[in-house]
Amino acid sequence: MNSDLQTLYQEIILDHNKNPRNFRVMADATQTLEGFNPLCGDRYTIFLKMRGDVVMDITFQGSGCAISKASASVMSTIVKGKRKEEVLDWFMKFRELVTGKLDAHNREEELGKLAAFAGVSEFPARVKCASLAWHTLKGALELSTATVSTE
Amino acid sequence: MNASSTIVRMRGSSPSFDVERIRRQFPILQTKVRGKRLVYLDSAATSQKPTQVLDAIRNYYTQENSNVHRGVHFLSELATQKYEAVREKVRRFINAATIHEIVFVRGTTEAINLVAQSFGRSQFTSGDEIVVSAMEHHSNIVPWQLLGDQVGTRLRVIPMTDEGELRMDEFVRLLNPKTRLVAITHVSNALGTINLIQEMVSEAHRRGIVVLVDGAQAVPHIRVDVQTLGADFYAFSGHKMFGPTGIGVLYGKQTFLESMPPYQAGGDMIKSVTFEKTIFNDLPYKFEAGTPNIEGAIGLGAAIDFMESLDWPVVEMHEQELLQYAQSKLVEIPNVKLVGTARLKSGVLSFTLDGVHPHDIGTILDQEGVAIRTGHHCAQPVMERFGIPATARASIALYNTFDDIDALVQGIHVVKKVFGV
Ligand SMILES: Cc1ncc(COP(=O)(O)O)c(C=O)c1O
Repeated sequence: MNSDLQTLYQEIILDHNKNPRNFRVMADATQTLEGFNPLCGDRYTIFLKMRGDVVMDITFQGSGCAISKASASVMSTIVKGKRKEEVLDWFMKFRELVTGKLDAHNREEELGKLAAFAGVSEFPARVKCASLAWHTLKGALELSTATVSTE
Repeated sequence: MNASSTIVRMRGSSPSFDVERIRRQFPILQTKVRGKRLVYLDSAATSQKPTQVLDAIRNYYTQENSNVHRGVHFLSELATQKYEAVREKVRRFINAATIHEIVFVRGTTEAINLVAQSFGRSQFTSGDEIVVSAMEHHSNIVPWQLLGDQVGTRLRVIPMTDEGELRMDEFVRLLNPKTRLVAITHVSNALGTINLIQEMVSEAHRRGIVVLVDGAQAVPHIRVDVQTLGADFYAFSGHKMFGPTGIGVLYGKQTFLESMPPYQAGGDMIKSVTFEKTIFNDLPYKFEAGTPNIEGAIGLGAAIDFMESLDWPVVEMHEQELLQYAQSKLVEIPNVKLVGTARLKSGVLSFTLDGVHPHDIGTILDQEGVAIRTGHHCAQPVMERFGIPATARASIALYNTFDDIDALVQGIHVVKKVFGV
């Protein structure tokens, strides 16, 4: 594998793609939102169980490329138990990371598994794939009812 | 005969086609991407352009540029003459009866919209039916849906088999006294299927039904004779047949074009204008409002010259050999599935790889210098028919080589390695 590919398809991403975490329907969700990227057909539904402004539980279902699925999976592990404000902070961090505005160097501890997505910034065509789940989560938190689109 | 000896035979069997000589005429094919030799397998999206086309456009701007049909000066007459000479070239290229049947448009999409909005809107009414197929590009679906919203026509869809062939029995069954138009693709961009246009036209015509053919993917690969096909309308794009973007052709039988109101209004499409009354220009100018894409037409003319300089039976054989070779190589790879295995097929290889999304395939192949397209190929109903969100699509043109196919296959092995499938 060449080095650009290695930075995109990191072990964490391949693993979460193959064995996505929290990948199931949640029957008693308080918020549910579907996100769709019409360009590539990636489609995920995010299920949230909120108590007050805390994400008590989060799951997702759907299909798409490795980047989009791993992103949804990693996201679900990061935001569980966090307050809405913190989740939105992570959203901002993620967006800056994949658009190359945040340098992941020396911040790996702070970014945790999210750092695996730094390589996406080298692949402009894939930024939308990586961002779909996060945009959908943000939409779900804001209780919008429409389908979220990255177009 | 085992597979490898078949391949050896196939790889050596068209000595009369000098693909390297062809490739030398396409400067972009000599370039590198990401440090690798460019392996361009996305010609169904757009073809590359030969020097001949690039030179014609440059020459037009350095020696001939002027507006057409307007000036009395030397350059305007020269530009007009060049522009109109291309119309005659196009006529001869597709064997239309007269140049009045050749309308320059932006591309296939505009050609189909023109027919929908001019012909359809003026002649169809509520309850009329338009028959399309399950393998249409969005540009041969949505214009008819828009028309449906405007005048109340209804869309009927010819189903296809698992191989990606149209069900001719179902097609005939769909034709009824309410059917006003059959709008069908000649070659499918997502599956490669070559449809039996002549047969379909004769079934439609026997019932007095008009036929529009989307020729976007046919013209670059097979010689088209509109009179033999019998289509009433035939649409195609310059950019898929080695010409520039922004130029295309609507062929329409003269009697139909004459009966149709203008599509857009402005300069060039009128004979005289007063504030009380406007008299429209003759065919085909009635449909060419405003300053046209002159450089596009000039480039299209050069693309036709390029195509006509080739020995077509040999070109077609070369493309078919590449297709057969590629298909035989792809099916050998475990977990690769071809989508679209019609008996009559053009050089389109749509495929999926179990456990890997087409987008990931596309990104990894790109790193190897191999350009393919991934996604739904503007044919979402096709994806739905096969129950998949997307495919990876490699498409072949006359400048491709067996080495290109080998690079594709090698790239797929890299994908498999990355994903461990
Ligand atoms: C079968 C088919 N029809 C129509 C079109 C639309 O052509 P254009 O975008 O040049 O108008 C395409 C191009 O992708 C096509 O493949």
